Amino acid sequence: MSHPSNIFPLKIDGVHVRKRGKVLLSDISLALGGDLTTVVMGPNGSGKTTLMRLMHGLERPRQGSLQWAIPNEQARSQQSFVFQTPIMMRRRVSENLRYPLKLIAMPKQEAETLVEKWLSLTGLSGKEKLPAQFLSGGERQKLAIARAMITKPQVLFLDEPTTNLDGQSTKEIEALLATVKADGTCVVVSTHDLGQAKRLADQVIFLNKGHMCEMTAASQFFKKPLSRPAQQYLDGEIVE
Amino acid sequence: MNDIWQGIVEALRLVFSFDADLFEIVLRSLHVTVTAVVIASAIALPLGAWLAVSRFRMRRFTIATLNALMGLPPVVVGLMVYILFSRSGPFGVFGLLFTPTAMIIAQVIIITPLIASITHQAIRDLWAEYHDLLISLNTTKRQRIATLIWDSRRSLLTASLAGFGRAIGEVGAIMIVGGNIDHVTRVLTTAIALETGKGDFALALGLGFILIALAFFVNMTIHILSKTEREGRW
Ligand SMILES: Nc1ncnc2c1ncn2[C@@H]1O[C@H](COP(=O)(O)OP(=O)(O)OP(=O)(O)O)[C@@H](O)[C@H]1O
Ligand SMILES: [Mg+2]
Repeated sequence: MSHPSNIFPLKIDGVHVRKRGKVLLSDISLALGGDLTTVVMGPNGSGKTTLMRLMHGLERPRQGSLQWAIPNEQARSQQSFVFQTPIMMRRRVSENLRYPLKLIAMPKQEAETLVEKWLSLTGLSGKEKLPAQFLSGGERQKLAIARAMITKPQVLFLDEPTTNLDGQSTKEIEALLATVKADGTCVVVSTHDLGQAKRLADQVIFLNKGHMCEMTAASQFFKKPLSRPAQQYLDGEIVE
Repeated sequence: MNDIWQGIVEALRLVFSFDADLFEIVLRSLHVTVTAVVIASAIALPLGAWLAVSRFRMRRFTIATLNALMGLPPVVVGLMVYILFSRSGPFGVFGLLFTPTAMIIAQVIIITPLIASITHQAIRDLWAEYHDLLISLNTTKRQRIATLIWDSRRSLLTASLAGFGRAIGEVGAIMIVGGNIDHVTRVLTTAIALETGKGDFALALGLGFILIALAFFVNMTIHILSKTEREGRW
C-alpha cells in the first residue's frame, strides 16, 4: 500500500452552515494542524456536532471555503468519525470491526490480526461473536472507536464519546484515546465534561450559538479564556 | 360439514397414497412459484435498495408507481402476458403461451412490485440508521447497496416469502396464460378451480388443504426465522 500523504493542515475560511433556513454555524475561520489534540466545547446546541461534521465533510459549507492539504474527498478516507450516538451495524462485534477493512480490500490475514488487536485493546475479546446491538453503552462506544481506528486514520473525530457513561467506562475510553494519540492519530473531540477537556486538550475551540468565540491553547483557556461566553461557561454560569 | 370432512379424508388419502397426479401438481406449483420468487427477488431486491439510497428527479413518482403496481389485478397481468405471448403478439415467436414459463413470467410481474416495495421500506429504514456511518466510511454506492441488503437480509427474506405466499395462491393470471392443461400447466390453484367447477368438492378441498399447508409452512418459516433472529443466531 502506498503511503498516504499528510492531510493536514485543514484550513477553514469564513464558512457558514445553514439548514432549513437556520444558521447553524456562522463565519468560522480556523486552521488545524495534525499534532495537537483539539477539544470542542460549548453549550448544548452551540454547533459542536455541526462543526466536526463540517470538517469531516458531512455538512456542506454554504459560503466560504474548507480545504484539507489534499483534495477533500481523498482526505476523508484518512479520517474517522465516532458519532454522538454510536452507529452499530446489525452484525457481530467482529464483523463491525472487519467492515472498514473489507471496504479497502485488505487481505484477510492482515485484517484478522488487526481485528484481534482491537478486540483486545477495547476489552471486547470474548464478545466478538455477539451481535453488536447487544452491547452496553460503554461497549458500543469502545467498539465504535475501534472500528474507526482500525484503518489507522490520520484524524479521529469523536462527538461526546463519554456522555452517558460512568467513571469507569470514561476512564477506559480516555485510556484508549491515549493509545490512539500515541499511535500518531490526531484527535478532535467534543465534550461537556470539563475534567475530560482538561485531561485531553492541547487546544480548545469554544463555540456559542454557532459562532466560534475562540481557539486557544489549553493552558491559557482553562486559566483565563479570551471570550466572555467561555468564561461564563467555565464558571458554570448560564452562557449568554 | 360433510364436504369438509370428506375433503380432509380425501386430502389425507391423496397424500398418504402418494398419489402421482397430486404430487405432479404440487411439484409443478412449487417449481413455478419458487422460480418466479427467485427471479422476482433478483430484480426486486437490488431495485428496492437502489430506490432507497438514490436521489433523482422522478424518485417519488417511481416509488408511487411501484406501490400502485402492487395492486395490479393478477387477471389483468394474465391478460397482458397472454396478448404479448399469443401467436400474433410481439413475443409470439417464442411459443411460450400455455407453458410453465409463461406462468412464471406472469407471476414475476405480479410479485416483483410487492417484493421491491417491502425491500424499499426495509432498506430505507436501515439507510436512515447507517447513513452517516456509510458516508463517513467513504463507501461507493455499490458498497452501500450491498451492505444494506446484507444487513437487512432477514426482512428481505420475509419480503421474498410474502411474494411466495402471493404467487402460490394466485389463480387468475395462471389460468389465462397456462391454460390449466393436465400434465403440462395444471397447478394447485387451477386444479382446485377445475374440480370445484366439476362439482368434485372432496378433491378440490383436498388440494385446498395442501395449499393451506404450504402457506402455513411458509408463515411458520417466517416466524421461526424472526425468532432465531431476535436471539441473534444469524
Ligand atoms: N438538520 C437540522 N435542521 C435544522 N436545525 C438543525 C439541524 N441539525 C441541527 N440543527 C440545530 O443546529 C444547532 C446546533 O446543533 P449541534 O448538534 O451542532 O449542537 P451541539 O453543540 O452538538 O449540541 P449538543 O451539545 O446538544 O450535542 C442546534 O440548535 C440544532 O437544533
Ligand atoms: Mg452534539
